[in-house]
Amino acid sequence: MSALRLTALIAATVGLALSASAQSLAIVGGKVWTGTSQGTLENGTVIIADGQVVSVGPASAATVPAGALVVDAKGKWVTPGFISAFSRTGMVEVDAEESTDDTSASSSDYSVALDAADGFNPDATAIDVTRIEGITRIVVAPEASSNLFAGQGFITDTSGAVDSDIIRGAFLLVSLGERGASLAGGSRSAAWAQLRAALDDAASYPARYIASNDGTALNRVDAGALRAAATGDELILIEAQKATDLLAIMEFARQNPALRIAIVGADEGWRVAPQLAAAGIPVIVDAFSNLPASFEQLAATSENAARLVDAGVKVAIVNLGDNSHQARLAIQVAGNAVANGMSHEDAMRALTTVPAGIFGMQGLGVIGPGARADVVVWDGDPLEITTSPDDVLIDGVIQSKETRQTELRDRYLKLDEHNRPLAYVKP
Amino acid sequence: MALAVTACGDDKSDSNDKVSIPTDPFPSTYSAYPNEPVAIINATIMDGAGTLIEDGTLTMRDGKIVAIGRDIKLPPDAIQIDAAGRWVTPGIIDNHSHLGVYPSPSVSALSDGNEISAPVTANVWSEHGIWPQDPGFTRALAGGITSLQVLPGSANLIGGRGVTLKNVPSRTVQGMKFPGAPYSLKMACGENPKRVYGYGSGRYPGGAPYSRMGNIAGYRAAWIKAADYKRKWDKYEKSGGEPPTRDLELDTLKGVLDGDILVHMHCYRADEMAQIMDVSKEFGYKVTAFHHAVEAYKIADKLAEYGACTSMWADWWGFKMEAYDGIKENIPMVHKAGACAIVHSDSDIGIQRLNQEAAKAWADGKKVGIDIPEEEAWQWLSLNPAKSLGIDGKTGSLAPGKMADVVVWSGNPFSVYTKADQVFIDGALMYDRFDAAHRPVSDFELGQPGEGDLK
Repeated sequence: MSALRLTALIAATVGLALSASAQSLAIVGGKVWTGTSQGTLENGTVIIADGQVVSVGPASAATVPAGALVVDAKGKWVTPGFISAFSRTGMVEVDAEESTDDTSASSSDYSVALDAADGFNPDATAIDVTRIEGITRIVVAPEASSNLFAGQGFITDTSGAVDSDIIRGAFLLVSLGERGASLAGGSRSAAWAQLRAALDDAASYPARYIASNDGTALNRVDAGALRAAATGDELILIEAQKATDLLAIMEFARQNPALRIAIVGADEGWRVAPQLAAAGIPVIVDAFSNLPASFEQLAATSENAARLVDAGVKVAIVNLGDNSHQARLAIQVAGNAVANGMSHEDAMRALTTVPAGIFGMQGLGVIGPGARADVVVWDGDPLEITTSPDDVLIDGVIQSKETRQTELRDRYLKLDEHNRPLAYVKP
Repeated sequence: MALAVTACGDDKSDSNDKVSIPTDPFPSTYSAYPNEPVAIINATIMDGAGTLIEDGTLTMRDGKIVAIGRDIKLPPDAIQIDAAGRWVTPGIIDNHSHLGVYPSPSVSALSDGNEISAPVTANVWSEHGIWPQDPGFTRALAGGITSLQVLPGSANLIGGRGVTLKNVPSRTVQGMKFPGAPYSLKMACGENPKRVYGYGSGRYPGGAPYSRMGNIAGYRAAWIKAADYKRKWDKYEKSGGEPPTRDLELDTLKGVLDGDILVHMHCYRADEMAQIMDVSKEFGYKVTAFHHAVEAYKIADKLAEYGACTSMWADWWGFKMEAYDGIKENIPMVHKAGACAIVHSDSDIGIQRLNQEAAKAWADGKKVGIDIPEEEAWQWLSLNPAKSLGIDGKTGSLAPGKMADVVVWSGNPFSVYTKADQVFIDGALMYDRFDAAHRPVSDFELGQPGEGDLK
């Protein structure tokens, strides 16, 4: 018993020492997927210092700096930390308990101005659970509830640090399709009218609000919050599935060339893939979605992601089912996209460089000189379901592999209560 | 519904004409589709009962497995399938599905899985809510599902009868029903019943239960009524007299007490499962399988001792308080304790890749020292769910004489990159990834965008 406790203490001390200073690290001899023009190095070494990648290259040519912590990656894969391109991770502790859920606010007077980052909880158990699966950055969205504007999304890391680095206003989420129609008053035409009216409000902000708080579609606060998106400074992420809705979005984009637009969902994207490619609109898809779950997803197929990529569309992959707790399944979804026609390389990009590009995440999604050192060492092909990370680094710092779930597991691995109840087992 | 009246032989003592409760008023009309003798050769075979055969042969004829092994004589008339580099397993059996009762498209008109009119609706049967045109059945087939149990939802304390189906397309539910499979009874613990009734805020007829106390009281009250009903029928069957008045709800509950209907109970929390075991002992029935059971790992020893199967997800958690303690090692930890572990879906997406869910759980167990061979873990997908449905004598493993429910996989089915190439049900090729003629399309998808596409 005491020996066990002592080991645990030592481990904790080492963990603290590692996280306290972002020391130099050398990850040696792994199969390094860089996401850059360096491609995949079969026997590569990654040198990290001060939270950044210093160099990546063949192990034979690498010089490990004196004093660097050496991580032996022989027989392992080394990749950039994966990016969850769309989820509610950290917004919800328990979905069915409203008090723990900050994703939506149907009774609020505001919509565009709702900033999801205000509800981010780095202590949410889902953060650790997501991190230990190799996802180091999360793009987090609010959920539309009073009109088609869900509000402002943010980007953060999965360190779980109480002062986690948060990029607010990373995008504005807008719901179109069936849900947007319903929220805007009952039809797709109502949704488009609301969207166009809101953009007019933003264009005339603040002038038209001098005398009144109310605009055509938005109040003063929401109109002000729409300015960045309306001028193209902020990405507009639109939820839509149906091919005709996607065409309508492309037409809207043509009429409003200043806007920056990406689409999440796009189950019928493959039907308009060449148009999406020509319009330069990237999509975030869930490659599990292959059922006519609604009348706007009739043509859904697991081959959607592959067909979109073949047409030249930028594709990021996510798990949209249970996106508050299971963002981690994006990796399994990506593996399934490969089983359904996507190349392994494109599936890797769908979890790294593509989302980094969509959301302007500088120095993330790649392993290259100067990149932020979000790096994961895997015990095999990361997209395979039976593999998992051995080490996860965020900004060069080795992260804890403990979660509330691993502690529960370790408490119950031996169901032995002869001496004391299991409540006395503290993993 | 007509009462079945059986005349009692020729002895002319006509006062003994008895009324009885019909056991099969909606009989299965399914029988195996035409099939030719098949020999699958050079395959890596997991027989579903724990054995791995490298470079093996499997032969089937007349809908049944004939032989399995390494040195099998090939019947000259058999169609040979060279499965070099490929794997062969029994078809996957999902014992927790709502296909047909919550079909695609997910519209209110087709939502037929919860009869929430009262907390106890043992009188309803899931098969009466199943829409056989649910495209989800065809997607599940492409994932290697050959049999499945469709259950009512978990709004009620006692939700009604479940039914076991062969995953064959059909114009009618009867055309899918697994011949001779026993009925099941869906029951539910915990949050759902008390949320739907007590806290349904007047939206539902509701009232009790408002609490887990009310849940247990509700089950016990129902079993007391059922025991009384059973006594009356037992007495009538023994001594004659006026037959008891039929009651659809109590017919089903009596079926459980008689041991004819298997209890499948939605229950997440360890402490609740322990309470339910006691309730079952009080009334003399048995829970055949706990479902969802995200805390099964906390009482894996008690589950083994009681002898219930446990149907679990690989990694679902956190969506409600009773799912908060879900861990990825649940399934292997239950298996390790010697209990009957099952991978289930409860999802029209999850059912398409239960092999992957088993693979994740298998790998997660291995990483904490629970080293289970893949061929043993495959029991979670076939033989164990077959046991929980009372059909393990007929399917669930590749043994001579059993139904030829067989999947040929493109590779190791514990890999994310592997797909079902061919699926045989009772020896008939019902799905072929490479041949559109063997890929069914539901009525709903005809004339729609994406009709007949690779899904």
